[in-house]
Amino acid sequence: MMITFDNVTKLYDRKSRPALNSVSLDVDRGEFVFLVGASGSGKSTFIRLIMKEEHATRGTVYVAGANVARIPSWRVPRLRRGIGVVFQDFRLLPNKTVFANVAFAMQVIGRSRAVIRDSVPEVLRTVGLEGKDSRLPHELSGGEQQRVAIARAIVNKPGILLADEPTGNLDPTTSLGIMKVLDRINQNGTTVVMATHDDDIVNAMRKRVVELRSGKIIRDEQEGIYLGEPAPDREPGNGRLESGVSE
Amino acid sequence: MRLAFVLGEIGSGLRRNLSMVVSVILVTFVSLTFVGAAGLLQLQIGQMKGYWYDRVQVAVYLCTDNDTSASCASGAVTDEQRAAIEADLRADRYVESVEYEDQETALTHFREQFANSPIVDSITAGMLPESFRVSLVDPEKYEVINEAFSSKPGVESVSDQRELFEKMFTYLNLASVAALSIAGVMLVCAILLIATTIRLSAFSRRRETGIMRLVGASKAVIQLPFVLEGVIAAVIGAVLASAALWSTAHFFIGALARQYPTTAFISSEQVLYLTPLLLVLGALLAGVSSLLTLRRYLKV
Repeated sequence: MMITFDNVTKLYDRKSRPALNSVSLDVDRGEFVFLVGASGSGKSTFIRLIMKEEHATRGTVYVAGANVARIPSWRVPRLRRGIGVVFQDFRLLPNKTVFANVAFAMQVIGRSRAVIRDSVPEVLRTVGLEGKDSRLPHELSGGEQQRVAIARAIVNKPGILLADEPTGNLDPTTSLGIMKVLDRINQNGTTVVMATHDDDIVNAMRKRVVELRSGKIIRDEQEGIYLGEPAPDREPGNGRLESGVSE
Repeated sequence: MRLAFVLGEIGSGLRRNLSMVVSVILVTFVSLTFVGAAGLLQLQIGQMKGYWYDRVQVAVYLCTDNDTSASCASGAVTDEQRAAIEADLRADRYVESVEYEDQETALTHFREQFANSPIVDSITAGMLPESFRVSLVDPEKYEVINEAFSSKPGVESVSDQRELFEKMFTYLNLASVAALSIAGVMLVCAILLIATTIRLSAFSRRRETGIMRLVGASKAVIQLPFVLEGVIAAVIGAVLASAALWSTAHFFIGALARQYPTTAFISSEQVLYLTPLLLVLGALLAGVSSLLTLRRYLKV
């Protein structure tokens, strides 16, 4: 198992309801999982627990066989080197070129200049950005910026790629392009967990879907579709839901 | 690679925060100058005490050939006189110990104390009196010794070394304390300013540090540029402080030494003994305060 949640509960404070409530889930090596649900359903908490950005209040999170709670703080960087993350807002460094943005992820973990020179162009090719290494982020379209962010997330060859609403800021066509990139990365053996509420994408990809509502898993299907509330009988690919409709 | 990267980060951090960095440099410069000034005053006190000050209280100077004082009218002290004086001193119940300093030793000690004074070259052993250096059971009983020995044949004079310097040392010590108090206040300023600078710096680079955390950079790689930024600024301040102290000592003490040739002064080279101390103090100050700040404001 690549990621295992064993009865995980996360309380941010005692009064409010838990962000995650007794969630148990296994994600296999090489799987592609959509994590769907409305804002506030616990998707981001799920991702933050894997990164050890948050600690589970109850239950245990295992990443690549290791109990995350038992990893001492000085070993957390090693855990994170095995995980790539992509966000809705790209989080690129605005004053660095595409090449430098990707190279940054290697520099800060002490990779040699030679390795960086070899790996960065290769990973830029993987995400479909060949020839754009010397552009600055503001000279790129949103889709291209997200590709740079993906390149940065996978350049250190992590076993897991976490994507938190990676298409949230992109139009449908561009989003499909991003999904092709993520799918290609998944084909190469990387486990991908993607939180989203973009129904078109979920329906088009036909991957495993895990739906969270109010911190609980209410659905876990192989080759699932997006079921937006209140339209449980909606056909797959039957038009695009407005984002946020599903609560 | 990692080193080059860290250095690059420090460089961009220093450039981005230039005005804050300059203020850190200036504040550490001023505060360490006061620390150094206190240090110099203490060095000066040590210099003036000379070889005997902390060892004995009373000096019994013996007559020399060219002595002009009334008590030495009969010329230099004879061997019998010297033996008699020593025997009497040793027999005295107020005396704890007696040491004899001949003219050659006197010259050695004189040269040590006045190493930075122009008169050192014009003095020869013959010009300096032999002496008995006496430490008393009760240092307050100086007068007893003075009465008993100052009129003995062969004794030029009896002097209480402490009385001579005590008042001046009181003033110098007061000045040291004043300098240290100002230094203390300034150091608090420096620490707070470094903390604020590091905090701003961490804030302005939160994108970078956020990404560093995500891709698994170690705590050292994330924090080191910030800590070194503060340390570099503080060390520059310390270097400036050393330079300021050195030039003060060089010109000011140089002028004083010409004016008061019979007083022993420290040399401007001795200021350089303080430099490592100031550098370490500055670096430590910046390092500790930036680490504490980062623990609060930079999540790793």
